[in-house]
Amino acid sequence: MNSLERQKEVLAAASALRWEVGPNLHDSLMEAIYSDAARISDRVLTRDDQQPSFDLDRAIDRLVTSRWLGFPIMAMLMAIVLWTTISGANVPSKILSSFFLEILHPFLKQVTQAMGLIWWLDGVLIDGMFLAMAWVVSVMLPPMAIFFPLFTLLEDFGYLPRVAFNMDRWFKKAGAHGKQALTMTMGYGCNAAGVVAARVIDSPRERLIATVTNNFSLCNGRWPTQILIATIFIGSLVTPPLAGLVSAIAVMAVVVLGVGCTFLVSWGLSGTLLKGEASAFSLELPPYRPPRIWQTIYTSLIDRTLIVLWRAVVFAVPAGATIWLVSNLYVGELSLAEHAVQGLNPFGLLIGLNGVILFAYIIAIPANEIVIPTIMMLTVLSSGLSGVGEGSGVMFEFNSAAATAEVLQAGGWTLLTGINLMLFSLLHNPCSTTLYTIWKETRSVKWTTFSALLPIGMGFLVCFTVAQVFHWFVVD
Amino acid sequence: MNRKDLSSNCEICPAHHLANLKKLGVEMERYDYVVALAGNPNTGKSTVFNTLTGLRQHTGNWPGKTVTRAEGGFAYQGQNYKLVDLPGTYSLLSMSTDEEIARDFILFGQPDVTVIVVDATRLERNLNLVFQVLEITDRAVICLNLMDEAERHHLVIDDRCLARDLGVPVVPAVARQGKGISLLIQMVAEVAIGEITCKPHRIKSESPVLKRAIQSLVEKLQVAFPGLPNARWVALHLLEGDSRMEEAVRSGELGNLVSRLAVPKLETLSEVVT
Repeated sequence: MNSLERQKEVLAAASALRWEVGPNLHDSLMEAIYSDAARISDRVLTRDDQQPSFDLDRAIDRLVTSRWLGFPIMAMLMAIVLWTTISGANVPSKILSSFFLEILHPFLKQVTQAMGLIWWLDGVLIDGMFLAMAWVVSVMLPPMAIFFPLFTLLEDFGYLPRVAFNMDRWFKKAGAHGKQALTMTMGYGCNAAGVVAARVIDSPRERLIATVTNNFSLCNGRWPTQILIATIFIGSLVTPPLAGLVSAIAVMAVVVLGVGCTFLVSWGLSGTLLKGEASAFSLELPPYRPPRIWQTIYTSLIDRTLIVLWRAVVFAVPAGATIWLVSNLYVGELSLAEHAVQGLNPFGLLIGLNGVILFAYIIAIPANEIVIPTIMMLTVLSSGLSGVGEGSGVMFEFNSAAATAEVLQAGGWTLLTGINLMLFSLLHNPCSTTLYTIWKETRSVKWTTFSALLPIGMGFLVCFTVAQVFHWFVVD
Repeated sequence: MNRKDLSSNCEICPAHHLANLKKLGVEMERYDYVVALAGNPNTGKSTVFNTLTGLRQHTGNWPGKTVTRAEGGFAYQGQNYKLVDLPGTYSLLSMSTDEEIARDFILFGQPDVTVIVVDATRLERNLNLVFQVLEITDRAVICLNLMDEAERHHLVIDDRCLARDLGVPVVPAVARQGKGISLLIQMVAEVAIGEITCKPHRIKSESPVLKRAIQSLVEKLQVAFPGLPNARWVALHLLEGDSRMEEAVRSGELGNLVSRLAVPKLETLSEVVT
């Protein structure tokens, strides 16, 4: 008798015996468990008589999950977290970037010169790789070091399940899982982390929806782009005292648009490619717990910030080398970078962007953090500005938004370019880390490709439409 | 006896402080005992895990955060323990992936001790899981966590009475503040070594018919899957019509689970999941 037959025999015996023991075995066992649990807990549990009439947890819950106040409170908390991140990150960012660019970079240059390194090797190593690393660290580290602990504090306090509770109704309407609210919120830190978090969703259909739409949450790499461009092009439309507020509102608008896209795409997918009913889930609202502040800050710095930062550096370094190479390898009169920019320019202008932006997004696939410096470098290169920056293929950043604005305007940028860049920054392919994570989680080339192409398609469409409307109303 | 004598007595007591505890992180090449951490979602399993191992498995105040099982180690009184943090579940009926992970490990991983972390503020519901775990294993310790919240909600729990009713040690704790952890370790160690023998509460209403049915099915199971632990439990669930168990028998997966999860002790553990 082989093992397969033995297994069959077990099953046959089981179904035969099931008739003997009666069909309600499972139910009667469960009933026994429940009644024993009730009996024992009744015996050992006493409530002291001073049951308070006011329950703080209930009171908070009634407020933050209320039909009318739930969403405004969510928006307000997010605005506070954003505002603290934006305003708090500025100073350390500047200190870090001036340390890297003004002290360390010249020093390294001197060292390589003293060593007599060949010019192109020196370029690739110092102007390409080192500066890419320096940019990512100085731009990403401060906001992450503020954003992640704040976010983790909210999580530790117990607010996230309430967000999921508020959103659940909407996600259900869109045919998706309520837990997607949690993965979406994780995405605001890092899309790759959000995609991994989608494991908490059991149904494969709903997990795929959560995975594909996670990209509509602005990640850490994209916050700096949004903030900088909003400050330059939108904040400058109003008087200085209002500029900060208006820029923050503009960024919030992009965030809300992202949430809208999440619902729209979830709804579209669950009606077409991923048909099915939304599965029910019971979400237990845990009690509020006073957050352990120091522990939370410590663990979120170690576990989240440094790990995400390290991954960004790993991806940014080869990208830095690539940028330096394509702007220093010449074919005919022009460098490779200039050929590409000119080739992409007509299509870019059609959708209200330009060749520089499109090419920058191709180069910056590994890490969204390096989009802005790449754009700046390519703009200087293609508009032939002299006297700014550091030479071909050197990534740099200006310390003031005004100087950045000057360069961009010389490169032919308008308000439309700014708005569309913010939109395109929301609606474009996920970075390669996220794509790799999507592939690792789904093991499907098809869905990974889909996750990359869908947002790009939406980005092109939205940018094109905005450009047409803009041209209609504004005569350039 | 004066005060001084009393305090020196405390110092020789193993439960006095955590100095006996050596946090091993993920570095546990050799271990003597395997300890599983089970419990309802969001009761503080990962917090207990981190306190014991010194690891910083991400903890968060929302249910369902631990998606896979995390492993770490600690040493206490010269013995090395491997600690496995299981996903939080409300039952072991394997309705979802996390329930399956938890149930498979407790069933077939044969941990030496299973610590069931219980939310003191939701005792009745948590006991449902406790009973389901106690159906499988009799070497368990209850960690009655979140005692501070219970107090805040004016709940008083007679932990001695609970321990007597359940037949396993019950340790009241506030894991976030490290309270009760030293006693928990001591209890885990005593159960592991065999100093404490548990007589767990079992739900028993077995009719002679059921007893005979289980007996005959167990015999067939042991022929088909030699070395299968908890054959009685598997038999009972086959009789209940548990489709997941039927599938595991049909595909022969039951045999694979046994060989995959039951790790021989005192061997170099090369792959460590964190």
